[in-house]
Amino acid sequence: MTTLLDVKDLKTRFHTPEGTVYAVNGISFHVDEGETLAVVGESGCGKSVSMMSVLQLILVPPGEIAGGKVIYRGQDLLKKTEQEMESIRGKEVAMIFQDPMTSLNPVLTIGRQICESLRTHLGLDQKAAEKRAVELLELVGISDPANRLGDFPHQFSGGMRQRVMIAMALSCNPSLLIADEPTTALDVTIQAQIVELVTKIRNTVHMAVIWITHDLGVVAGIADRVMVMYAGFIVEEAGVIDLYENPCHPYTSALLGALPRVDRRRDRRLKSIPGAPPSLLMEPHGCPFSTRCEVAVERCKSENPSLTPVGKNHHNIACWIDIKTGVAR
Amino acid sequence: MESAADHIAVLTPDDLETPPISLRQLTWRRFRRHKLAFVGAVVLMMLFVYSFGGAFFVSEDYANFNDTTISLNAPSQIHPFGTDAIGRDILARTIYGGQISLLIGMTAVIVETVLGILVGALAGYYGGVVDNILMRITEAMLNIPEIFLLIVMAKFFGGKIPDIIFFGRVLSGSVVLIVLIIGGTAWMYLARIVRAEFLSLKERDFVLAARATGTRNTDIIFMHILPNCLAPIIVTATLGVANAILTEAYISFLGLGVQPPTATWGNMLDSANNYLESAPWLWIFPGLLILLTVLSINFLGDGLRDALDPRSRAV
Amino acid sequence: MGRYILRRFLQGIPLLFIISIILFVLMMNMGDPIATMGGRTLTRPEDRLRLTRQLGLDKPIYIQYIYWLVGNDWAKVDLNGDGIAESSGTRHGILRGDFGTSLVNRGVPVIQVIAERLPNTLLLMIASEIVVIIGALLVGIYSALRQYSAFDHFLTAILFVGYSMPIFFVGLLSMYIFSVLFKRWGLPYLPTVGMFDPAVGRTFGQVVLHMILPVLTMSFVSFASYSRYIRSTMLEVMSQDYIRTAKSKGLPRATVLFIHALKNASLPIVTIVGLDLPFLLGGAVVTERIFAWPGTGRLFLDHVARSDLPVVMGILMLIAFAVVVFQIITDVVYAWLDPRIRFEA
Repeated sequence: MTTLLDVKDLKTRFHTPEGTVYAVNGISFHVDEGETLAVVGESGCGKSVSMMSVLQLILVPPGEIAGGKVIYRGQDLLKKTEQEMESIRGKEVAMIFQDPMTSLNPVLTIGRQICESLRTHLGLDQKAAEKRAVELLELVGISDPANRLGDFPHQFSGGMRQRVMIAMALSCNPSLLIADEPTTALDVTIQAQIVELVTKIRNTVHMAVIWITHDLGVVAGIADRVMVMYAGFIVEEAGVIDLYENPCHPYTSALLGALPRVDRRRDRRLKSIPGAPPSLLMEPHGCPFSTRCEVAVERCKSENPSLTPVGKNHHNIACWIDIKTGVAR
Repeated sequence: MESAADHIAVLTPDDLETPPISLRQLTWRRFRRHKLAFVGAVVLMMLFVYSFGGAFFVSEDYANFNDTTISLNAPSQIHPFGTDAIGRDILARTIYGGQISLLIGMTAVIVETVLGILVGALAGYYGGVVDNILMRITEAMLNIPEIFLLIVMAKFFGGKIPDIIFFGRVLSGSVVLIVLIIGGTAWMYLARIVRAEFLSLKERDFVLAARATGTRNTDIIFMHILPNCLAPIIVTATLGVANAILTEAYISFLGLGVQPPTATWGNMLDSANNYLESAPWLWIFPGLLILLTVLSINFLGDGLRDALDPRSRAV
Repeated sequence: MGRYILRRFLQGIPLLFIISIILFVLMMNMGDPIATMGGRTLTRPEDRLRLTRQLGLDKPIYIQYIYWLVGNDWAKVDLNGDGIAESSGTRHGILRGDFGTSLVNRGVPVIQVIAERLPNTLLLMIASEIVVIIGALLVGIYSALRQYSAFDHFLTAILFVGYSMPIFFVGLLSMYIFSVLFKRWGLPYLPTVGMFDPAVGRTFGQVVLHMILPVLTMSFVSFASYSRYIRSTMLEVMSQDYIRTAKSKGLPRATVLFIHALKNASLPIVTIVGLDLPFLLGGAVVTERIFAWPGTGRLFLDHVARSDLPVVMGILMLIAFAVVVFQIITDVVYAWLDPRIRFEA
């Protein structure tokens, strides 16, 4: 499997009146062709910001991509000009967002919004673009697609709008789809449908997917590999089964432990993680999870561990301690 | 040997958390960030000092004293702002004129705020027919451009109001008149805002609770709901002072406002275009003073609006 | 859609009635029109009485209003003072298009008096509005795109000052700079009085030349406030999610800006422009006085001063009518532009 996207030491900051927000603090990861990487973490951990940085969609100012490389098919995207990025976005790498209500332009027909990608990137004329748009709408499961091209976003339901967004994203056959919490704003039943849809498409066209979510349940359904983020750092990455069966980072383990399970005893208290995530206004020092970690030692507070392999199957964690034994590695 | 599991982190989470700040602190922080608002407030205070404090250095009689032999003199040492068409010292007149202009600005706002709150609160709270009638009238008045309404009202009430004595100054009845008509033509904006607030607030639980305990309607309106919509009222009132001062200047400029010899910044500009070329100091100084006042009030109002509006995103 | 328009019209009619009543009542104590009509000679008592009866001024206020509204040619007027009403009135009332005759310009129909001056004011207004819209769009959009830049801060400051300036100050200042100072410095200078130079005659060039300063004055304050508004609207639109989506699709910047952003921003902008248009007439009053422009603003001032009730009411109702009509037009245009309203889901 060839590597499609290779991110090295990406750092993103925001300069606000309150100070500098250290949103992404040197993360490195890769996505291979055709594989699905899930990015998991709580709100504010930097998952959306990292992916927006990949596509240079961060507003500069007040944002700033302070360092790193984003190698896509051998080229560093961070070195590209805005115009060059325009031919990558939508064509090679597509993105869908969380809230389908606000992510579609309310005053343009969805036909227009789908066709403009086709016409910009593939150079299709109006008729060819419309034909393709109808095909795409059918692919994502919108009924009566030909007549719905002239409809406006407010004439669709939430789930259907998300399908339209997916159609828009797929229109130019991107190699990589970045999905930023696409199901968070939807009903559970619709969620399942969307996940199923993306899975089906991914299998058909061999497209790589980065799926950002904070819902561990969704991850289990769609991912090949999982990356866990905390306070702008990657703390663990592993194959999906490996992660669930054998979480090695205290944070991941705590997250999974906090999930209420049907098969556990009902008289036990739900486990939660004490404390709160650190303020991103301060430059990170030491392991970000150390203040809430049950097995933290002195070293954790002063030195930030880097991602190192543990075990054989590409399982990496950033931690000084082995949580099974409580001893430093 | 102790296991690492026994080493609970010593650093408490609170040390690394962002401390929560109270609403008042938040408001103050935002206001302070708005340095312009600060500057506006300072300039405004200086203008007040100029107008009211200046009265200690220059008497009103001096301001009204006219000597046609020195009319239309350019700014000089004795008359730093020059003299006007009948030889009155312009500097002195801007001081006393400033008192009137500022006074009119503030009292007109009091009038329009009271009217606006009354109409808006009653319309929003009672709804139904009351709302309908009040809103029709409000809309009707909104549909008439202010200047025309002012001119008409100035004519309507002209000459019917007697002079009053206010802190040792004799003010011609036209001052009261101006205050009334400016207030009477600007309340509609506030009425609409207050009404909108009332419409949304009266559905809230605290109103329901007040009613359930038998609180009288007037008390509900003034003691329960009204305090919750202070923010837009304060902002509108602040900006309203600027508007009132401008309006007074307009009508006085047209000759329908405060009548001489009482000076206001506005009526000092009357017939200034006859002397446009020969005596620009006639209108430059009062005009600049008006501009400075309006500008600083606008800065202040803008800052207040940013600070008090909870929906504003900037923090 | 058609029903929406009809409904708005029907709502507008009672509004106009209420406005007319308010204005009429206010106008009732306008001063003494009889004195005005007499000119410089003192009117003889019997002439006063006759005129009073003729103008219907001896009737109670609500009767006067009804006469104004629907005329008195269906009623009898007592002209010769014998207590018996015998001659029929001559007025048809405004509902039938008769605004009466001017008291100042004796016998001249109000409509004619107004019509002579109206085009001049419209000229100023339309020119100002065009200048304002184009200028504010350019400045507002450019400033929004260059947010945080030095240019943006500078412009914001200037606009702030601009929209705090009283109109007459702008007028006087522009007169001083472009007419007095330019003349002093030997530069070509702009005229400041009237519509054209009587010596040259009413040519196109003359009118345009004389229009420059008044239009500048009238548009300055509006331009400042519109620019600020457009800027903040654009900023708000540009921070919306759908703009982020459009950018993520790799669309060229111009498309994102003009098609995705502007189309959304145009909705509130259209509202402001449409609703504000008739109020430009207010600014015209002061401007026309400063520059001695023969328009309806000056007409209004002159005739109010001389208590000419029919003309004043005529102008006021015209304005009120314009405001109401423009409100309706703006609402309709907005409803048509916004697909969420046009295609009610």
